[in-house]
Amino acid sequence: MPSENLSQSSSKVPLWRHPVFRATLFQIILVVALIAFGHYLLSNTLQNMQQRGITTGFDFLSNEAGFGILQSLIPYDETYTYGRTFVVGLLNTLLVAGLGIFFATLLGFFIGVARLSHNWLVAKLATVYIETFRNIPLLLQIMFWYFAVLRPLPRPRESLSVGESVFLNNRGLFVPKPVAEDGFMMVIVALVAAIAGAIVLVRWAHKRQEATGKQFPSGWVSTGLIIGAPLLAFFASGSPLHWDYPVLGGFNFRGGLEVIPELAALTLALSIYTAAFIAEAVRSGIQSVSHGQTEAAYALGLRPKVTLKLVIIPQAMRVIIPQLTSQYLNLTKNSSLATAIGYPDLVNVFAGTTLNQTGQAVEVIAMTMGVYLAISLVISLFMNWYNKRKQLVER
Amino acid sequence: MKAKLTVVLGVAAALSMSTAANAGATLDAVKKKGFVQCGVSTGLPGFSSADDKGKFTGIDVDMCRAVSAAIFGDADKVKYSPLTAKERFTALQSGEIDMLPRNTTWTYTRDTSLGLNFTGVNYYDGQGFLVNKNLGVKSALEMDGASFCIQAGTTTELNLADYFRTNKMNYTPITFDTSDQTIKAFEAGRCDALTSDQSQLYALRIKLGNPESAIVLPEVISKEPLGPVVRQGDDEWFNIVKWSLFAMVNAEELGVSSQNVDEMKGSSTDPNIRRLLGLEGVKGEWMGLPDEWGYNIIKLVGNYDEVFERNVGKGSPLGISRGLNALWSKGGIQYAPPIR
Repeated sequence: MPSENLSQSSSKVPLWRHPVFRATLFQIILVVALIAFGHYLLSNTLQNMQQRGITTGFDFLSNEAGFGILQSLIPYDETYTYGRTFVVGLLNTLLVAGLGIFFATLLGFFIGVARLSHNWLVAKLATVYIETFRNIPLLLQIMFWYFAVLRPLPRPRESLSVGESVFLNNRGLFVPKPVAEDGFMMVIVALVAAIAGAIVLVRWAHKRQEATGKQFPSGWVSTGLIIGAPLLAFFASGSPLHWDYPVLGGFNFRGGLEVIPELAALTLALSIYTAAFIAEAVRSGIQSVSHGQTEAAYALGLRPKVTLKLVIIPQAMRVIIPQLTSQYLNLTKNSSLATAIGYPDLVNVFAGTTLNQTGQAVEVIAMTMGVYLAISLVISLFMNWYNKRKQLVER
Repeated sequence: MKAKLTVVLGVAAALSMSTAANAGATLDAVKKKGFVQCGVSTGLPGFSSADDKGKFTGIDVDMCRAVSAAIFGDADKVKYSPLTAKERFTALQSGEIDMLPRNTTWTYTRDTSLGLNFTGVNYYDGQGFLVNKNLGVKSALEMDGASFCIQAGTTTELNLADYFRTNKMNYTPITFDTSDQTIKAFEAGRCDALTSDQSQLYALRIKLGNPESAIVLPEVISKEPLGPVVRQGDDEWFNIVKWSLFAMVNAEELGVSSQNVDEMKGSSTDPNIRRLLGLEGVKGEWMGLPDEWGYNIIKLVGNYDEVFERNVGKGSPLGISRGLNALWSKGGIQYAPPIR
């Protein structure tokens, strides 16, 4: 037993050769050295900046920004503060990262499965897709989509339109915006209730199946519930919603919901690029499941669809999820390439314009890095938690 | 952009490691490494742009060459760092470059809170608008609700906001990193107008596929005194850059050019000219330079008029008239303290 050895030998060897003592000592030295180094960096930076007459501190965050931003999800104009520009940029980054992750995942799973298709043409097309988009630098793709989206579109006055309510021009896509009136809360309450109901239903169906073997079409029923209940509430409360239509005025459309071409191009490029990597993750995941599993499932009399859903995918997910996590992290960080096409993300708005107007590089970059670190950690934590849940539970 | 972030990070690291700047340190360092590291724009015809052989020219580039001539007696001991508007100040603060003649507007904030010093004005500019001709706009005041392509991190961005706020109009800003991206987006029709310093508008206009399709509006909505910038805290270096510019302006005023400077050196009896050329009365060593520093600038780079005409004036594709940049004695405001 190692512990016995330790206690026996500890009386003979001197303290400084004791393994536990040495391990602890080195840990302490390392921590102290790290803190000292960090302190040296910080104080030296501050001292140098002071000597050179560079303003320091975070006071600038409450100063008026004085510049406009193309798109903001919260109210903003040039009279708001630099602190506000930080939030505006952050939300824009989260928006494009969220959209990118959603579309990249959908497209990636589709292409990944397609590459394993028995249909020669489908499989080859998927291969070509992956090899093409994986090997072209993302920045080029972003520029390509930006100008490919912009160039063919007409100017605002010659907009393409659908039914005088949806307009498309080189300034963006304009659609009617739903505006909630009093009583819309009912619909939201109904939606939340329906989701809760669906969760309970699925659990009940699962338990019943384990106990009795009887299946219940919980998928269809819960879908119907989630769509039906809010609709019912909507009509019951007298359709409490009106539409804000875009109207051509002066140089461009006003009102309605606007999707700017920068957002469209960036989302397209990020999704298409990342989907190529996700597709490969999906393929490797599925291929990692031994063919014996499929044969065993068939031997038990399971249909191919059920086999895929209950046997192949759950095992493949264990391989896919860790790679998926990396791709989500990459996509989020890559969204900072937005500055090349003028999409107002955090790097463009805050680490760009705000940094330059205030000149406070150290503070602004520290905040920006903090944000990307935090976003990455949140994605990692969530995906690790999800991974744990999907891991093989050995009994 | 990720690459940009790394640049700024490096700068932050450099700031934290380097020791305090001492007076005189920059000239010593420049002499030791044998060249001036000069921060210029990423490609703006007339101010600083590289040809297909990588040779830089422009009014800002000539400022770097003048400083090199003053120190080394050779105008070509310069290395150029093309910088975006966003990167320029951090590059100078961190010591990555020695001087920054990059069509940079002299403002209160920049002069007082960034640890920088402006050494003078080598181009008096003002902000204007470039619009598509078929829009039929005659004045900026007709542009309520229009969208504008702008370069990020410039005074332009702030002036535009001020202008539209004071005139109670709305606008949409689309900001890009470089002037190249800005003009491309304008050409693709993303914005109704491009706004920048007027000199830049003329420079960018000739980059358009069809320059005739766009016009520069007559309005000028701001003062943009552009000049070379140095780090605060090194007075000797501050003096060198400042007086290199003043020497060129004084030379124009005294009628000394690269063509006649040798002749003047031999025969002129005008004490003003003799002081400018380092022949009597003043000493180069007051700035740590050889006595003929002024002569070298004029001989190798030229006087202000030559620099202006060659790069942005009638002798260049930009064809800008002297306007405000004419000498004070000829109706402009370009003025340099005397060398005595």
